[in-house]
Amino acid sequence: MSEETVNHPVTAKKVNPQLESFKQFWRRLAKNRAALIGGIMILFFVIMAFLGPWIISTFTDWEPNKTSVANKLQGPSAEHWFGTDSFGRDIFTRIVFGMKLTLYVGFLSVFVGGIVGVILGIVSGYYGGKVDTIIMRLMDVLLAFPGILLALAIVAVLGGSLTNVIIAVGIFSVPAFARIVRGSTLSVKKLEYIDAVRALGASDFRIIFKHILPNVMSPIIVQASLRIATAILTGAGLAFLGLGAQPPAPEWGAMLNEGRQYMYEAGHVALFPGLMIVVVVLAFNIFGDGVRDALDPKMKK
Amino acid sequence: MTKYIIRRLLQTIPVLIGVTILVFSLMHLVPGDAAKIIAGEGASDQTVENIRERLGLNDPLYVQYGTFVGNAVQGDLGSSIRSGRPVMDEIGARFWVTFELAFYSTIVAVFLGLIAGIISAVRHYTLTDVTVMIIALFGLSMPNFWFGLLLIQWFAIGNWMPESLEFLKMRPSGWGDDWRQVVLPVLTLGTGGAAIIARMTRSSMLEVIGQDYIRTARAKGLTERIVVYRHALKNALIPVVTVVGLEFGGFLGGAVLTETIFAINGMGRLTIDAIRTRDFPMVQGTVLVISVLFVVVNLLVDVSYRYLNKRIDLN
Amino acid sequence: MISKDNVLEVRNLQTSFSTDKGEVRAVDGVSFDVPKGKTIGIVGESGSGKSITSLSILRLLAENGKIKGGEIRYKGEDLTKVSEKRMRELRGNEISMIFQEPMTSLNPVYTVGQQISEALISHQGMNKKQAMVRSVELLKLVGIPSPEKRVKAYPFELSGGMRQRVMIAMSLACDPEILIADEPTTALDVTIQAQILELIKDLQERLGMSVIFITHDLGVVAETCDYVAVMYAGQVVEYSDIRTLFKQPKHPYSIGLLNSLPRHDIDQEKLMPIKGNVPSPHEMPTGCRFAPRCPAATDLCRAKMPELMTDDSGNQIRCWIYSDEWPGEKEVNVYGETRIAKG
Ligand SMILES: Nc1ncnc2c1ncn2[C@@H]1O[C@H](COP(=O)(O)OP(=O)(O)O)[C@@H](O)[C@H]1O
Ligand code: SF4
Ligand SMILES: [Mg+2]
Repeated sequence: MSEETVNHPVTAKKVNPQLESFKQFWRRLAKNRAALIGGIMILFFVIMAFLGPWIISTFTDWEPNKTSVANKLQGPSAEHWFGTDSFGRDIFTRIVFGMKLTLYVGFLSVFVGGIVGVILGIVSGYYGGKVDTIIMRLMDVLLAFPGILLALAIVAVLGGSLTNVIIAVGIFSVPAFARIVRGSTLSVKKLEYIDAVRALGASDFRIIFKHILPNVMSPIIVQASLRIATAILTGAGLAFLGLGAQPPAPEWGAMLNEGRQYMYEAGHVALFPGLMIVVVVLAFNIFGDGVRDALDPKMKK
Repeated sequence: MTKYIIRRLLQTIPVLIGVTILVFSLMHLVPGDAAKIIAGEGASDQTVENIRERLGLNDPLYVQYGTFVGNAVQGDLGSSIRSGRPVMDEIGARFWVTFELAFYSTIVAVFLGLIAGIISAVRHYTLTDVTVMIIALFGLSMPNFWFGLLLIQWFAIGNWMPESLEFLKMRPSGWGDDWRQVVLPVLTLGTGGAAIIARMTRSSMLEVIGQDYIRTARAKGLTERIVVYRHALKNALIPVVTVVGLEFGGFLGGAVLTETIFAINGMGRLTIDAIRTRDFPMVQGTVLVISVLFVVVNLLVDVSYRYLNKRIDLN
Repeated sequence: MISKDNVLEVRNLQTSFSTDKGEVRAVDGVSFDVPKGKTIGIVGESGSGKSITSLSILRLLAENGKIKGGEIRYKGEDLTKVSEKRMRELRGNEISMIFQEPMTSLNPVYTVGQQISEALISHQGMNKKQAMVRSVELLKLVGIPSPEKRVKAYPFELSGGMRQRVMIAMSLACDPEILIADEPTTALDVTIQAQILELIKDLQERLGMSVIFITHDLGVVAETCDYVAVMYAGQVVEYSDIRTLFKQPKHPYSIGLLNSLPRHDIDQEKLMPIKGNVPSPHEMPTGCRFAPRCPAATDLCRAKMPELMTDDSGNQIRCWIYSDEWPGEKEVNVYGETRIAKG
C-alpha cells in the first residue's frame, strides 16, 4: 500500500500534489457517515432557523414573547409542546425563534475569529522569523486565559449583549485557527511545487491565495466545525450568566437562566433549551469529527 | 532536560507580560469612562474624580502599568471598589475553594476518561466502543451548567434516594460545612473533561496498538491482556498528559458557571459578581490569578510530558 | 528431498486483507518446507508477500488480515487451526521472529532487560531475577559489549545495530525451534548488515535451530541459505536447494533476478532490471502472474495459472515451460539463457 506511493516519482512539480486529492476528499466526505449525519442535522437547523419563525407566525398565533400569566409554568401538553415559562410564554416557540440566535453566535463568532486566525496563521507560517514569533507569542497570551475566562473578561469590558458575546467568542477562537493554519502553512510551504511557483515569479500574495489557502482549507473546515460547537457552548454560558443576549430575547442560555429559578416546580423550563443546545452542539461535533476522519485516512479501519 | 526547563521558563516570561498587559488594559478598554461607570449613574463629578484619583487613572499609561505590575508582583492587586477590601484578601479567601474544585474535577475526569477510553480502544469497532464514544460525544456537547442543573434537580427532588445519599439533597451553599457537597459540582465539571480524555485515550491507544513494538510483544507469546495493559497503555498515556493541564485550566474557567449554579463561594463567583457590579480591580485580580495559575500548571505539565516523552522523542 | 526432516511445512497458504477497495490477496499460493536445522531463504521484491507469509505463520496479521486457506504444519500440528492459546505457547518459545525495523520494534518505555525477560518469565516460568541473569547471558551471546550495563538501557540509548542484536537476543531467549528473520538487515548500515548476518549464521550453527530468512537480496541468500523459495506477487514461483537455484534457475523470474545480480559487487540495491512492474494486488493477471513481464509468455500462460509442480529432484516450480502442456518451442530463451521445455 505504502510502497506504491513511495515508489511514485515526483514528476509534476507545478501541480499541487495535495489539490489533486481534493475531489477525492469530497467523495470521502460524502461516504463518511458521521460527516453526512452531522451535515444533514446542521442543514436542518439552519432551515429551521430561517423558516421556523415564519411558519409559526403564519400558521399559528404563537409568539415568542407573548406572555400569559394565567398559563405560566405549564408542563408540556398538546397546546404547548415544550410547556410554558414563568411568563406563560410558549417554550417551543421561543426555542424555534432562538435557533437563529444560537447559530448566529456560533457561525458569526467563528467566522470573525476564523478570518483573523487564518490570516495570522498564514502570515506567521509563511513569513516566519520575527513576525512568526510575535504572532505566536500573542496567541500564547490569549491561550493563557483558560476556557470561558477570556470571553468573560472581554464581555466584562464591553458589557453584556449578543454582539459583544460574538466579539468575545470570536477573539476566543482566534488562537486555535492561527495555530492550526500556521502548522499547515509550514508544511505546504515546504512542498517543492511552491518553490517552482515562486521561481515562475508569482507574488507572495498570489502564492498565499492560489496555492497555500486551498491547501489549508480542509483543516480549517474541521476546526471551524469544532469551534462552532465550542462557540455555541461559550455563548450559551455567557448568556446563562446574564452577560449575553438580554431578556426577553429567546436565547437558549438566557432561557436556561430564567428556568433555573423554577427548577424544583417546573423542571421543563430549563430542560428543553438545554437539550436543544446539546443537540445543536452535537451536530457540529459529529460533523467536525466526520470531516477529520475523512481527511485522515490513517484512522480508518 | 535542564536546558529545556530553562527555555520553557524563558518562554513563559513574554506570556506573563502579555497577560498582565491584557489584564491591565481591561479597565482602559471599557467604552467610555471607567471611573464614571464604576461610580454608577448619577454620581457627582467629585465622586468620579475621587475614583479616578484612587485608581491612578490620571497618570500616564506606562506609569499606571508599571505600578500595576509592580504591585501585583508584591501581591497587591488593589482594592475592591465595592467592599473596599484588598482584592488579594478576597481572592485568598476563595482561592483554595476553586483550586480544589478544579483539582478534584481533574481527578474525576482523568479517572472516568481513562477507563472509558481504554475500554473503547480495547473493544474498538464493537458495540461497546460505539456506545462509549456516543456517550462521550454527548458529554462533549453538553453545556456543563445545564448538566449541573439536571443533577441538582434529580438528586434534590427525587424521593428515591437511599438514606446514605441524602446529603446530595442538601441545597448546596458553599464549601466547608460538608465536604460531600463537593460531589455534584465535581461531577458537573468533570464529566465534560472525562469525555475529552476518553476520546483522546482511545485514539492514542489505537495508534499505539498499531505500532511495531506491539507486534513484537505479541510475537513473544504474551497474553493480550499483558500486551494491552503493559505494552500499549503506558505509551498511550503519554500524550494524554498534555490534556490534563488544559483540562485543569478549563475547570478553573468553568468554575465560574459551576460555582454560580451551586452557590459556591469561589473565585469564579467572585469574578461574576465583580463583573456584574463593575468592580474592575476585582475582575482584574481574579482573571490575573486564574490565568497565572493556568500558565504555571501548563508549564509543569509540559515539563513532565517532556520528561515522560524523553525516550521516545529521541528516536 | 525424501529424507528431509521438516519442522515446518507450508502448503498453498492464502492470506487476504479486507480493505476499502475490496479484498486483497497478499499471499495466494505459498508452499515451502523448512528442514530441521537448515536455513531457508524467502526472496522476492518488496510487496511480494514475504512479511505477510511470515506473519501468517505466527498468526500475527493485522486485524483486517485473515488466513483464507492452506496449511501451516509445525511438527504435525496445523497452525491455521490450533487455538489462540496454543499459538501463544508457540510464539516466542518455539517459533520466534525478528522484524525489519529495529528502531521501532522495541517498546520505548521498557528497558532491554525487561523486554527480554518477559518471554522467559511467561514461557519458562522464571522469576524476575533469574530472567535478568539470563537476559545478560543472552546479550552476551549476541555480542553486546558490557551486557550487565546494557540490560538496563532503554531502546533509545542504543544504535540500530545494537537494537537488532537485542531483538535477536529476545527471539533466542527460549531456544526456539524456528527463527523467522524478516529482512533483519535491511534497515541497517552496510557494515552492520554484515555483522548481523554473520551473527545469525553463527547462532544458527551453534544452536541448531531452523531459520527462515526473508530478504529481497539474492546475494545474502547465497551466503546464508540452504534452500530458497522465490516469491512473486504473493506466490512461490520456485523452491529449490541453493545450488540448483544459483546454477540452474528454472523460473523465468528467478533467471531474471539472477541475471540482474551484479557480480562481485556488494551494492545490490538495484535488483530489478526486469522490465515492467509488479502487478497491483487489485488487478492480478488471471493466468501466470509473471506473464505480463515474462519474455517467454504464451497464450496459455496468460489464460491459466500454472500450479506449483514438483520435479524429479524434489524442487518445485510454477511455470508452464516445465509442464507437459507447454505450447511453445522446445528450447526457450529467457533473458539470454536457454531452458529445455518439458512438453
Ligand atoms: N494491513 C494490510 N492491509 C491491506 N493490505 C496489506 C496489509 N499488509 C500488507 N498488505 C498487502 O500485502 C502485500 C504484501 O506485503 P508484504 O508481505 O509486506 O510484502 P513484502 O514482501 O515486502 O514483505 C502488499 O502488497 C500489501 O499491499
Ligand atoms: S508460466 Fe509462462 S509467463 Fe509464467 S513464467 Fe512461465 S513462461 Fe513465463
Ligand atoms: Mg516485508
